Amino acid sequence: MEVTLKIFRYNPESGKKPHYEKYTVEAEPTDRVLDLLEYIKGNFDGTLSFRRSCAHGICGSDAMRINGQNRLACKLLVKDLHGAQITVEPILGLRVIKDLIVDMEPFFENYRSVLPYLINDEPAPKKERLQSPEERERFDDTTKCILCACCTTSCPSFWVNEKYVGPAAIVTAHRFIFDSRDRGAAERLKILSGQFGVYRCHTIFNCTTACPREIEVTQAIGEVKKAIGTGSLE
Amino acid sequence: MSNYHQFDVIVVGAGGAGLMAALYASKTANTAVISKLYPTRSHTGTAQGGVGAALGNEGEDHPDWHTFDTVKGSDYLGDQDAIEFMCHEAVPAVYELEHMGLPFSRTEDGLIAQRPFGGHTNNITGKPVRRACYAADRTGHMILQTLYQQCIKNDVNFFDEFQVLDVLIENGAAAGVVALELANRELHVFHAKSVIFATGGHGRIWEITSNAYSYTGDGPAALLRRGIPMEDMEFFQFHPTGIYRMGILITEGVRGEGGILVNDKGERFMEHYAPTVKDLASRDVISRAMYLEMRDGRGINGKRYLYLDMRPETVNRYAALDGRKRPDGSPYVVTGEELLSKLPDIVDFARTYLGVDPVAQPMPVQPTAHYAMGGIPTNMYGEVVIDEANTVLPGLYAAGECACVSVHGANRLGTNSLLDLIVFGKHAGLRAAEYANGASFQTLPADPLEYANQQLDQILHSDGEEKVYVIGHEMKSVMFDEVGVFRTQEGMQKALEKIGELRERLKRVRKPDMGKVFNTELLDIWELGNLLELAEVTTVSALARTESRGGHAREDYPKRDDVNWLKHTLAWKRNGNIELGYKPVVITKFQPKERVY
Repeated sequence: MEVTLKIFRYNPESGKKPHYEKYTVEAEPTDRVLDLLEYIKGNFDGTLSFRRSCAHGICGSDAMRINGQNRLACKLLVKDLHGAQITVEPILGLRVIKDLIVDMEPFFENYRSVLPYLINDEPAPKKERLQSPEERERFDDTTKCILCACCTTSCPSFWVNEKYVGPAAIVTAHRFIFDSRDRGAAERLKILSGQFGVYRCHTIFNCTTACPREIEVTQAIGEVKKAIGTGSLE
Repeated sequence: MSNYHQFDVIVVGAGGAGLMAALYASKTANTAVISKLYPTRSHTGTAQGGVGAALGNEGEDHPDWHTFDTVKGSDYLGDQDAIEFMCHEAVPAVYELEHMGLPFSRTEDGLIAQRPFGGHTNNITGKPVRRACYAADRTGHMILQTLYQQCIKNDVNFFDEFQVLDVLIENGAAAGVVALELANRELHVFHAKSVIFATGGHGRIWEITSNAYSYTGDGPAALLRRGIPMEDMEFFQFHPTGIYRMGILITEGVRGEGGILVNDKGERFMEHYAPTVKDLASRDVISRAMYLEMRDGRGINGKRYLYLDMRPETVNRYAALDGRKRPDGSPYVVTGEELLSKLPDIVDFARTYLGVDPVAQPMPVQPTAHYAMGGIPTNMYGEVVIDEANTVLPGLYAAGECACVSVHGANRLGTNSLLDLIVFGKHAGLRAAEYANGASFQTLPADPLEYANQQLDQILHSDGEEKVYVIGHEMKSVMFDEVGVFRTQEGMQKALEKIGELRERLKRVRKPDMGKVFNTELLDIWELGNLLELAEVTTVSALARTESRGGHAREDYPKRDDVNWLKHTLAWKRNGNIELGYKPVVITKFQPKERVY
């Protein structure tokens, strides 16, 4: 089938304003959007720039706005778009560097701000720390996060202010706060109760819709809010 | 100058091995990591099924059994001292990951959960043993995340999105690396006492591959150009279960949980090829069996794929026939929900890319290029060794998939790659820091950027008709057909000629993007150059080896030949040609014998 991609283009060195360019390609229904981008870069215009690596939804490199929704280009097939027109744009809320590449640094800075590592200064046992399957299940969902930024850059609160830590950082914090082995919950909850923390979330659910890993992001944020409110992790 | 940096230790690559090396090196030495990707994008994150360690949490197991299985899996080409070291280090290494916070799946008793994996056996009964420590089917993801988190906690220095171009060697010792900053195309010199390469594999040489776009052998190619040999490059693993036509990995953990491979007649054909462990034989054995089935017309609908069936009714039927038991002695019976919870990503991949629900329908699979057993020669401390006598090049280290210790020999066992990363990443980091603390910086040459600039200029001045995209596809196609699961003299000669042609054509690519900001086309051309270098080394090494062993299966020499070929290949690039040498395999406890599963 023939498909037309309308792609956001911006090259800071060209002196041109951001604009869209259209490319028409022959596609299989099972092609990934990423395959089409590669084809266009390889055959029509080598300057087209985007990040990608694993090409199957695990590395988190190729988050883009595709037909207005944040998706991974490698996890979206042509047949699932139900149309011959595909609009591809950079994710919102982060500075565009070139074409579909945005500055991820503010995103990772937010990630680093929530103490994204296990905190436990008690002497470790000789073998593993014990954790029941139920305790492990408690934070299972939020361990799936690949830091692709689909959630954070779909959030209107983040668009307004990139200092808001955003859904991905809260998901990371959740993964540790509810880990029975961790001892840093109080510290993290304090950070997240601050000016740029969870209360900037207005439960719009864009993040949950956008997550390519199907993490219940809004629910995780809600659980963190509740923990702050009640002072309890139950 | 702002593009000059000085560190005691430079780590190139931020996957499992690189991050582990950085964590350990940075304890005592000023360390920085350079990586062409954001660390969390590294390919370690795509590893699924587990990391091998004989914890014995779900049945009797011993590091010595793990050692023997790995030696046997390597088709006796692995160095037994290094294998024994790795398999014994495995146990504390996995506990260390757990202490760092890795969210392993758990047994009812709260221990790290373990599942069976190909080639891992109880050495007394020969039956599969539960040795793969797992976090659902995203074990690599959790290792990568955990190690990156620890690096943040420990304030490790990162230079993200810097592509390594060259390694500087002065007075016979490492002096640093040259890297290109993707954001602005500027070159940087990283002056260092120790350099650790942890750049991963090069599976993008092949058409059907489980490997990331970024798996282009950047470290090995840079070293090869500077006169360092590559070891055992003819041994490349084809994983049996890649998604048909796409190559995306479907973990061996599916078969560990009881899934089986089926041909067009509905037969569980692995019974004929590996009567004892069947679908849990080594990967090389299974990939060959699949090719033979397809060649004999038993591919599904006569096509080049087979079915991987993990429907609960199938799993339970064959588990009953095999007499498979749970660790508590009860019969092994699974439900769809249990499989969903243990293999959530696999279910997601099958639904997304195949439109198949794997608990209701079988998945179409074919062997997919997966893992480089060969690479930069090292000893078991991660030190790069550069000749037949294992002479160490001071200050130069390698770990992970880009390295060849060799613990995988001619065929790697599943779960041993993640293990390799953490064990040898750690020891390379320790050794690199120790060396750096006793050494002084080598004096850099007058223009350390000269060689890198020369190569870049060649690309930037190119003005021909050829497309990188097309050259890349032609390479992948010929390598998959002729230097794949089965090989012949004639086919490999054809591939070698083609590679020569493609290397010439790469010099005539169309005028590339001349921009300075995220010039990813320049990067693509550079990476394809690396892949072609390694494709050539792979093919020359494979042509010379007139036997079949592990992942190197020759139709014209179908038998293993221990008299002539129980030795490691070394391949140098000298004056534009590949020259081969050989060094002995280290054999300690296990004399080579026939390999039967």
